[in-house]
Amino acid sequence: MSETSRGAGVALGAHGLHVRFGTARAVDGVELEIGSGEIVALVGESGCGKTTLARSLLGLVRPAEGSVMHGDHPLSYARGALKEFRRHVQLVLQDPTGSLNPRHTVYEAVAEGLRIHGISGDEETRVSEALAKAGLRPPERFFLRYPHELSGGQRQRVVIAGALVLEPDVLVADEPVSSLDASVRGEILALLLKLRAELGLSVLVVTHDLGLAWNIADRVAVMYLGRIVETGPTAEVLLAPRHPYTKALLSVVPEINKLEPVVLVGETPDPSRIPAGCRFRPRCPAYAAVLPKEVAARCETEPPAVLPADRGHHAACHLTEA
Amino acid sequence: MTLLELRDLNVTYAGDVPAVRGVDLSVAPGQVLGIAGESGCGKSTITNAVLRLLPRSAKVGGQVLLDGEDVYGMSFGRLRAVRWAEASIVFQGALHSLNAVQRIGRQIAEPILLHSKATRKEADRRVGELLEQVGLPARRARDYPHQLSGGQRQRVMVALALACGPRLLIADEPTTALDVMVQAQVLALLSSLVRDLGLSMVLISHDLSVLGSTCDRVAVMYAGRVVEQGPATAVFDDPRHPYSAALAGAFPRIGDERFRYSPRGLPGDPPFPGDLPGGCEFHPRCPVALDKCATTEVALAELGDGRTSACLRATEPNLDLRGAR
Repeated sequence: MSETSRGAGVALGAHGLHVRFGTARAVDGVELEIGSGEIVALVGESGCGKTTLARSLLGLVRPAEGSVMHGDHPLSYARGALKEFRRHVQLVLQDPTGSLNPRHTVYEAVAEGLRIHGISGDEETRVSEALAKAGLRPPERFFLRYPHELSGGQRQRVVIAGALVLEPDVLVADEPVSSLDASVRGEILALLLKLRAELGLSVLVVTHDLGLAWNIADRVAVMYLGRIVETGPTAEVLLAPRHPYTKALLSVVPEINKLEPVVLVGETPDPSRIPAGCRFRPRCPAYAAVLPKEVAARCETEPPAVLPADRGHHAACHLTEA
Repeated sequence: MTLLELRDLNVTYAGDVPAVRGVDLSVAPGQVLGIAGESGCGKSTITNAVLRLLPRSAKVGGQVLLDGEDVYGMSFGRLRAVRWAEASIVFQGALHSLNAVQRIGRQIAEPILLHSKATRKEADRRVGELLEQVGLPARRARDYPHQLSGGQRQRVMVALALACGPRLLIADEPTTALDVMVQAQVLALLSSLVRDLGLSMVLISHDLSVLGSTCDRVAVMYAGRVVEQGPATAVFDDPRHPYSAALAGAFPRIGDERFRYSPRGLPGDPPFPGDLPGGCEFHPRCPVALDKCATTEVALAELGDGRTSACLRATEPNLDLRGAR
């Protein structure tokens, strides 16, 4: 499947988005668009702001600046409008064991969204269709089961069915397979691909797993300390990375017979003290190596520009411009 | 001479649940053995069986030899000495394994004080050395666990395991729940300790790619048995059991076109140890199963080059399990 020709329209987007918690700039100027029918992987380490960005795209966190776009309209935070928005943009949480109420049956878990949104009509048919779409067949057999009677993979399918029952056009999946057994992960990822193919769903997958991005994503956005530092079609970003951070992340994916790993020291710094100049500079292996003086000076003083939301391959690094 | 040897190890939990069934494994001095498998496969039971940490109700058969001495024949006093000074465990979930209300220096000093005649002062000095050995400044000894990041806490767990100078380290999912970069830091630390201190290590993980890049040999477990064993890179690159192939495929090589828009998984779930399918335990989920697999019990067979596999089709020359759908 071609990575660039997919869906012209934009399903969900962030424009000039800033989210602050006190002095912490968790999301610090992000442009991102998820095309309709597109699967975008948002990757980064814990604390990079990827979950906050996802939550703001779901309308769960109000941005300090900028806007969330749903189709052509900026998201309104008025109660009714927000509720309507959430029908269209649904969250799939990580750890299905924690996100399902142990005392609710599968039927109740999936029907809950319909009840919250006051969707009348044939509830049983809708629940049963959602379960079938999520690969739990025959659905009736699962209606009265409790989460503890299901395997990890089945529980994650119930969580996905709970999102699908509202017939959304976008799924935001936060680490959808990180708590699943290795042999079950592939089936859940295949389900996301199938939902895109059959229902035209757009998916934003938040993950720290670059292999997952290689498996299913059309595009990848790499986030570091509140900013997207590299974005582009999956094959370009993962096979020809431009930003030193992306290069380092790729070099530590455990594989055999590959290049010398670039293990960065420390962890993602505190978002309330974002370094001046390029925010990656204190950990940047390229800056630490010998850099031409003019470039080094820019790294120290001049923040790289915010990357555009288009589908090209971009990196927020003075080195790649030079 | 092997440092750790499991001979026909069997562990059965109460209610007749066979968690480990006839496992033979050995680790030579300075060697790193990986054990791969997913929940319920018995890999953590093996960890606990080595140091006799299983619940009383568990029935253990076979032998665990540590430096030639049968762990299950040891007196309790001897066992206590062996537990930290000969072999120690880096448990998973550093957050829950550390005492939240005690400074980490105290926690690391505790086994040192109990196991040697060290004075408090000597123990504190040793704690400082251990912290520096795992890449933390000695002053962090005064910190409480919540003041450390996930990666730093995992380093503390490693320092704790090293406290009494063991020769064998058993690391049970030491990098689960850590970010890739921090995972790389912890794995690099473990590898450097093996190299510099001449330790042996058993590294347990569900991620075959982690084991492939860190271990000398890998044993893949399914439903309580070893289904494939061999040199780590060989098992990852050219698996000779369809289950190993599925594990290897779950964490695909970036750039491998066979996995692009084609995530690999297995239908179904790992079986519950108390309710195993007949024949080859793996046949209900196996993408290349034959009719006879449902009825034939398959034992580990030698394939040459130090490799073994419990698959009837292991020696078929053109069976590309790594690429199989």
